[in-house]
Amino acid sequence: MATPHDTMAIQVNGEPHEAPSGVTVERLLRHIGRDPDLPGFAVAVNDAVVRRDEWVRATVHDGDRVEIVTASQGG
Amino acid sequence: MSGPDLARETNGAGAHPPAPADPSLSDPWEVAGLTLRSRVLLGTSRYPSLQVLLDSLDASGAELATVAVRRVDLGEVGEEESLLGALLARGVHVLPNTAGCYTAREAVLTAQLAREALETDLVKLEVIGDDETLYPDAVELLRAAAELVADGFQVLAYCGDDPVTARRLADLGCAAVMPLAAPIGSGMGLVNPYALRLIREQLPGVPLVVDAGIGTASDAARALELGYDGVLLNPAVAGAEHPALMAAAVRHAVEAGRLAYRAGRIPRRLYARASTPSTGLIEVDRPR
Repeated sequence: MATPHDTMAIQVNGEPHEAPSGVTVERLLRHIGRDPDLPGFAVAVNDAVVRRDEWVRATVHDGDRVEIVTASQGG
Repeated sequence: MSGPDLARETNGAGAHPPAPADPSLSDPWEVAGLTLRSRVLLGTSRYPSLQVLLDSLDASGAELATVAVRRVDLGEVGEEESLLGALLARGVHVLPNTAGCYTAREAVLTAQLAREALETDLVKLEVIGDDETLYPDAVELLRAAAELVADGFQVLAYCGDDPVTARRLADLGCAAVMPLAAPIGSGMGLVNPYALRLIREQLPGVPLVVDAGIGTASDAARALELGYDGVLLNPAVAGAEHPALMAAAVRHAVEAGRLAYRAGRIPRRLYARASTPSTGLIEVDRPR
């Protein structure tokens, strides 16, 4: 089972979230129940966009702020 | 006293295309690398239901629809996906906005996220400066526009009706300049048609769209009569008692307004001018 060292505290869409340490963006998306292969959404970590083709490599660190967005109704 | 309408002799825009023999022939326009047949740009917000939105979209004939970029609901995969899917299935181009952004920094990041999520370089740039009037912040707007143009975006910039800001946006390389008719959601129509006319005359050849403040179909017609290339509207349709009917009305109004612009209206005059010639008039003795 996970020990405190195996997890980290991050923010996902403004909510506190616990995720495996050093997780990639791709793994994080799966971790929260999002299929990273589906189109239509984007990810930023600490106010910088992480491009889709970088999701398998880019890792999320303790204290990071992650934003996951999609299209919504707008004028 | 003359109205704000573009009379033939004062048409600074000089943008009248040659009129085809059949005025019903399509009259496409180009913006941001797209060739569009419809001059209606429709927002997708605050409809009673997704179905009403889609019915309205169809009735409006819009080929470009705005969407916002918002956090996904971590709980479930819901309506957002069906909205985007439905738009794309109709062949409608998606125009993400930066609504709710108050700084250039927020707007630029929002646009970049939109580009990633929606695979489009288009962005309706909106940088608000005041939360009661929702008037744009010209300083932050110009800053964001410069950054986004440099980053390869096709920027359709929502702005006030100040001709100088409008020209600055055009000079920065925005794909379209979109002055407001009235505050967002106010439905007041073209409150300063003179300023809108100045912008049209001073920016010939720049795609111009009246964005915000449209209340009903005649407002949209008026914008097109002034030489604007299109209108962007949302609450006027979404909030109407029958949204799809209003969408159809706007579609016809925009077509009528465009035709009237191309036709070239007569100048306004204060005094009458007989429409029937007086030559050949019979003579009758007038009582003294």
